[in-house]
Amino acid sequence: MKRRDVLLATLVLLALWYGLAAVIQRPILPTPVRVLATFIRDLPRDLGCHTLVSLYRVTASIVLAIALATPAGLVLGQSARLNRIFAPFVYLLFPIPKVVLVPIVLLFLGVGDFPKIVIITMILFFQILVLVRDAAAAIRPELLLSVRSLGAGRRALFRFVYLPASVPAILTAVRQSIGTAVAVLYIAELFATRYGLGYYIYYQGSTLFDYPKMYAGIVAMSLLGLGLYFGVDAVERRMCRWQG
Amino acid sequence: MTLPPPPSAVYCLPMFDLHDVTFAYPSQPPVFERFSWRGERGDVWAVLGPSGCGKSTLLMLLAGLLHPQAGEVVIDGERIVRPRPRTGLILQEYGLLPWAMVQDNVMLGLRIRRFYGPDGRHVPRDERLDPAEAQARVEHWLARLGIADVAAKYPGQISGGQRQRAAIARTLVLDPDLVLMDEPFSALDAPTRESLQALTLSLCEEAGVTVVLVTHNIEEAAFVGQRILLLSKPPSSQTHVNANPHITDAEYRRSVEYQTMCTHLREAL
Repeated sequence: MKRRDVLLATLVLLALWYGLAAVIQRPILPTPVRVLATFIRDLPRDLGCHTLVSLYRVTASIVLAIALATPAGLVLGQSARLNRIFAPFVYLLFPIPKVVLVPIVLLFLGVGDFPKIVIITMILFFQILVLVRDAAAAIRPELLLSVRSLGAGRRALFRFVYLPASVPAILTAVRQSIGTAVAVLYIAELFATRYGLGYYIYYQGSTLFDYPKMYAGIVAMSLLGLGLYFGVDAVERRMCRWQG
Repeated sequence: MTLPPPPSAVYCLPMFDLHDVTFAYPSQPPVFERFSWRGERGDVWAVLGPSGCGKSTLLMLLAGLLHPQAGEVVIDGERIVRPRPRTGLILQEYGLLPWAMVQDNVMLGLRIRRFYGPDGRHVPRDERLDPAEAQARVEHWLARLGIADVAAKYPGQISGGQRQRAAIARTLVLDPDLVLMDEPFSALDAPTRESLQALTLSLCEEAGVTVVLVTHNIEEAAFVGQRILLLSKPPSSQTHVNANPHITDAEYRRSVEYQTMCTHLREAL
């Protein structure tokens, strides 16, 4: 995908938005020009602060999910016996829409960032676990044998084979879950907080009826998701050059 | 006071010695039953037999990656219970890390040695682990195997022959005294295979390495093997060995001796 094409598609979407706003002529759909002006004006003020809080919550969740799910996935991928025990649990828990657990997690863990991070981590966790497990299980026995013959024991196999083999799986999992993660971030930020883009969008739209500000929040949230997506892409291009 | 053994006694130790080895995979009939086989230092062995005869199993036993239920595998006077640092193993394919460049793949064994340090278990005790020296060793073997120009490429970007050269370089860089090869050339086209056979033999001879090469290819066994071990349907218990004049010269392929050896092996199988 070329950068120029992405830019072109952005312009087309903005033009469509502009046309729609011009036709509808209602405060509930301001033109992109107005929204962008608000966005640029507010970003150094409160909007930037809310964006940073949301960015922190979602990145902390990604880091936590990688740190928890990668070792678990590698262990299950290496041991057919453990996988036989845990696979049914993963099978049952993976498809549960974690977003319905938001109120429960909030009830148990209370206010603050932690419950929100826990919710998003839960979503990423299973995705990463399953992909890393399958990547570890798919490592060819020939590869393991020949690396063992170079003197590698369990620790060196982990460091030189299993860990690097799981990198593409981790990145794919994170990329696949970013959309859901940001959506759930929005939901989680509707509860028990006064910071974050979810709160900001809802508050501006439903309480203050400041639609340009609400849209500026939506733009910030979209850019947050997009930025994470591009970030994962950039890491993948750097770390997975061999796959190209 | 105990005297150190005279040098000749050390030299006379066989490189490898399988003694009354019995091996079976779980809930299957034995592949080897009281099987004995020994090879001297510097020998180049070809192990020939149809598929399913236990060739690869034999190699894994020598490598310390499988363990016999009875009997013992002794290499260089030491009973093998785990992979031995000075034994190199080269497999048919998929032995290279797909995410590492050729130079990093060749460096892998040295990095693993630095990871553990000279503990005598994963790494020879006398190993020196100087990074600059390691780099020089890697470059030396990349050049000797003619893959210096693809050093910065990934295994997926080079030919099968180059991949196998990288696998051989990765093994020789560790300065092994025993190199085990499992069908190392069988996925290659004939000209690549023949040139790589000759190169591998001359490199191993130069380094004084003992070689055990497993193959199902009669011509390969006849060309590579100074001694040829024939395996038939399991369980193997007897050792059938054919001696071969073994000339590491492409001309040998055209000689009458070579043709006779091939015919003989074909009949023996």
